Amino acid sequence: MAGINHAPPPFFKQGPAPLALLTFYIAISLAIFVVDLRFRSLELLRQSIALVVDPVQRVAQTPGSLVDYAATYLQGLQALQKENSELKHAQLSTAPNLQRLAQLEAENDRLRKLLTVKEREKANGQVAQILYTARDPFSRKVIVDKGQQSGITAGQPAIDETGVVGQVTRVFPFSAEITLITDKDQAVPIQVVRNGQRSVVFGLGNGQLELRYMPANADIQVGDLLVTSGLDGVYLPGFPVAKVVNIERDSAYSFARIFCVPIAGVENFGEVMVLDPRTPLPAAPPDSASRGSDSSEKNGQRPKKKRAAKGN
Amino acid sequence: MQPTFSSSRILQPVRPWFIFFSLIMAVVLNFLPTAHWSGMPDWVALVLCFWSVREFRRVGMGWAFVLGLLMDVADGSVLGQHCFAYVLLAYVSASLSRRFLWFPLAQQALQVMPLLVATQVIQVLMRLAVGADFPGWGFFVAPLIASLLWIPATFILLLPQYQPVEQDPDRPI
Repeated sequence: MAGINHAPPPFFKQGPAPLALLTFYIAISLAIFVVDLRFRSLELLRQSIALVVDPVQRVAQTPGSLVDYAATYLQGLQALQKENSELKHAQLSTAPNLQRLAQLEAENDRLRKLLTVKEREKANGQVAQILYTARDPFSRKVIVDKGQQSGITAGQPAIDETGVVGQVTRVFPFSAEITLITDKDQAVPIQVVRNGQRSVVFGLGNGQLELRYMPANADIQVGDLLVTSGLDGVYLPGFPVAKVVNIERDSAYSFARIFCVPIAGVENFGEVMVLDPRTPLPAAPPDSASRGSDSSEKNGQRPKKKRAAKGN
Repeated sequence: MQPTFSSSRILQPVRPWFIFFSLIMAVVLNFLPTAHWSGMPDWVALVLCFWSVREFRRVGMGWAFVLGLLMDVADGSVLGQHCFAYVLLAYVSASLSRRFLWFPLAQQALQVMPLLVATQVIQVLMRLAVGADFPGWGFFVAPLIASLLWIPATFILLLPQYQPVEQDPDRPI
């Protein structure tokens, strides 16, 4: 810092005035904030910065994972033997169902062909390790260790051994970002197992989910299991998503407030299965596509209400 | 180095590589798993504020913008969120730097606190404006702790400048 007694003040090489610089940088910041949020067109910039940041982040995570490793190492033989015997037991108890699965699937295929129903899609995918959770306190996201190099694309669903965990929302060259189903406004189309009623479950951001826009007299009970309905063309049907834990029916509101907790260990660390993208659904009938765009929101909601009414 | 009122010694000129190194270390500290603990300070904001006060000719809004981009990508937040807050932080602390350094360390820490709190508040406001949920008051504890860390940070970050080039018993400074 050239003080007044060190050197003559550098009149001609100070660059732009600080206020001008400030305006410039703030304008850029706000511009990329809006563009990233509204148009999502800065993924290339994000990916190229991630290429630099990602290795550093992985290195920074190693002390933590070393501690984990040491903890499991010191856990000892006994705990491992216990776990092993429990797993063997679990395997044995699922064996009767699993062993006949191949035969059941073949039979199902044959019957579906007889009924000329479209064949069930098979769930394939690849296992990915959760590296760390994103530091952003406003959202619930995790980073996994497979990315573009492994053929992951945005939109693929991720499950663990018990249910749906989330959906891939961003893909980087060597990692991918999974938005958990508990993230605020993350939506999963579901179906109630007990009565087959369809709805959409939304994340609340506090570890719970909410079934929105269900009428106050809807046939939902505490303990109902919600599974993916598969209507969105993203999630395959039948994966457990959440369980209803609390229903508030207030006659002052036309909708019941239905709270659910995720079935999968959404907040756990470990491995997830990133499912392959589904074969695209047939295109929507031209009727709904040709409607005016100004009232598209209303039009989009109307058929849903009709369906819900029929379901009751 | 700017002579400070309370300083009794003349510091060496700062080495640019040390500024770079300390900023990179702050980024790495932010990447550690400990960053998820509530009340963990934003190290980048702290170190950036420190160098903007001490060396505003070397570390300015350009650095703040680049570091903000890095943190945005690493956090998975919206691009521009950290950039905006850091650029403002760098500007305000640089323009207040002539004032800051006349105070003893504890009072400097007290004056840094509103700047660091404002950095968090700006980020919260930006996200609330686009529909995020309030992250809880724990989010605002972090800058308070960070401003307490101003005192040890000053000692650590000025350490390389304390060492004399050549020891001479006849000249005490």
